[in-house]
Amino acid sequence: MKQKGRYGQFGGFYVPEVLIGALEDIEAGFEQYCNTSQFIEELDTLSRTYAGRPTPLYHAKRFSEHMGFEVYIKREDLLHGGAHKINNVLGQGLLAKYMGKKKLIAETGAGQHGLATSMAGALFGMETKIFMGSVDVARQNVNVHKMKLCGAEVISVSGGTCTLKDAINDALRYWTAHIDDTFYLFGTAGGPHPFPMIVRHFQTPIGIESRQQCLDQLGRLPDKVVACVGGGSNAIGIFSAFIDDPVVELIGVEGGGKGTDTDEHCATLVKGSVGVLHGAQTYLLQDENGQIHETECISAGLDYPGVGPEHAYLKDSGRAVYTAVTDEQVLDVFELFTRSEGIIPALESSHALAWLVSQKGKLSKDTVVVVNLSGRGDKDVSIVEQHRPML
Amino acid sequence: MGIYQDLFSGLNRAALIPFFVIGDPDTETSFELVKTAIDAGADVLELGIPFSDPVADGPTIQKADIRAMKAGMTPDKALAFIKRITDYRSIPVGLLVYYNLIYHYGIERFFSAFKQAGGTSVLVADLSIDDAEEIAPAAEAAGLETVFMVPPNTSDQRIRKIAEYTTGFIYTVSLLGTTGQRSGLSDLVKPLIGRLKSLTEKPICVGFGISTAQHAKDIAQAGADGIIIGSRIVKFIEDNPDDTDRMKKQLKNFVQEVAKKIAHL
Repeated sequence: MKQKGRYGQFGGFYVPEVLIGALEDIEAGFEQYCNTSQFIEELDTLSRTYAGRPTPLYHAKRFSEHMGFEVYIKREDLLHGGAHKINNVLGQGLLAKYMGKKKLIAETGAGQHGLATSMAGALFGMETKIFMGSVDVARQNVNVHKMKLCGAEVISVSGGTCTLKDAINDALRYWTAHIDDTFYLFGTAGGPHPFPMIVRHFQTPIGIESRQQCLDQLGRLPDKVVACVGGGSNAIGIFSAFIDDPVVELIGVEGGGKGTDTDEHCATLVKGSVGVLHGAQTYLLQDENGQIHETECISAGLDYPGVGPEHAYLKDSGRAVYTAVTDEQVLDVFELFTRSEGIIPALESSHALAWLVSQKGKLSKDTVVVVNLSGRGDKDVSIVEQHRPML
Repeated sequence: MGIYQDLFSGLNRAALIPFFVIGDPDTETSFELVKTAIDAGADVLELGIPFSDPVADGPTIQKADIRAMKAGMTPDKALAFIKRITDYRSIPVGLLVYYNLIYHYGIERFFSAFKQAGGTSVLVADLSIDDAEEIAPAAEAAGLETVFMVPPNTSDQRIRKIAEYTTGFIYTVSLLGTTGQRSGLSDLVKPLIGRLKSLTEKPICVGFGISTAQHAKDIAQAGADGIIIGSRIVKFIEDNPDDTDRMKKQLKNFVQEVAKKIAHL
């Protein structure tokens, strides 16, 4: 490996020796192709004409009135597939194509990354396998069906806790045996180097656009940028452009589940401790022996006991602040936001919105907050219905 | 010379190295099974501490990890278990562990406790040679030998570096994939053994997918110093739930069969 892939002490590539060659290939491929004008043009064309970039920055006036400060929404929910995940899969899918790979594998939690990878598989004509925890297969069956419609094979993973971390375990195991022709299209800005760097790179348009849109529409930078954090790819995408603007506060919101004072949450940065999982040194939810915890969250996309290493670094350096909101807070804001704006937010993204509610009355009227609405909530309607039946 | 080198050079045959997950299916049965393997002819033991996310392992070892964890096995209890084994018989014990467990425990503290328990070597499944510095000095300070894996896709250049860091033996991964039983030996293993022998004089033990006495014999004939058998052995536990006598009987027969097959080549 040419680079160490470290963010302070965090990151690295803690994997069995058998995977080192495959990671080196991806690092080399990224370096060789991704800054060439041909690659950049091809990705730019796909981003515009296939995915729907750039996405608007929308002033949510009615919701702002409820909050008492100015809320601007980065509309990643409008992208093809309904979430920011498409940014990453177009980039990595194109990289796989340039590297001559014929097959894609990916892990998925909520199914958004699995669906996005399945779309990329269809787009680039590659055989695609998606590893998904059996619990997630059950709670996100619409996405499973969509993946299959795109021609992907969905492999239901029943090991361990049957959720995202186990899907990653099995995808890594499968990759170990198929590294010659298979590209592991990692879904979040976590895992072993070079994935955190690559996923960040392909998610940076969220931040670059948002920053420019603030300058164009408001004539100034926002006071706060807020995003939900599971593995952390949408958050690092929007944070990246503002990291060097010290006036802009960066807030990551994790899944507080039933409450961070219970065992049922996935608030890794808020409640976790440092360890090594899935190739990276980062914060983890683990027990007193270093065994990884089961996590619990209404949103499958945040239900992960680790977090991308750059977020661990941003937390420790103090550049970003991480907090958590509960399932109940998320359900409340899901309803409020949908009613005020006619936009159904993903439960993941609703975590970011719920943090805004917690700031009601604490921020001045002219405070500008940009929220990354990382995905749309169509996939979550039945889950919300179970918790809050419409009478 | 190290403990392994001494042992291997004195044997005039390949060493038989069964693998167990410590505490599978429970502490006492696990202890009985390891004793059975020792009595049946094991030369070295490879023991694993169960982990929640064993990415290098296939389904058989994953299930063993879950059984052992459910029965309450922890790193501290595993160390006490190793002490009981080495009290029973003075036999080299190689430990296979995932990094987070020892990272969390404290690497120096863990290595020192493992040495105290009679341990011989450490292999961290998810730590590559690039990060060997995170454990090698602590292992040396504790008086432990180091073991690193080499799968078939590792370059000559990396093998040389791995050999430099190896003070115990090179854990030669016979195939591209995870642990687990296979019907046949991988085509990749013999060329890999040959390549290793041309690059290093460090002892070579071969594992992953070795499932029959004939596999063991073929590997021994290819020049391995030791043969590590994991999933085939762990499967005796999975196949006979709640029947310790059957587990022990099948384990004993198998270990004796392999020992006989590789005894005189």
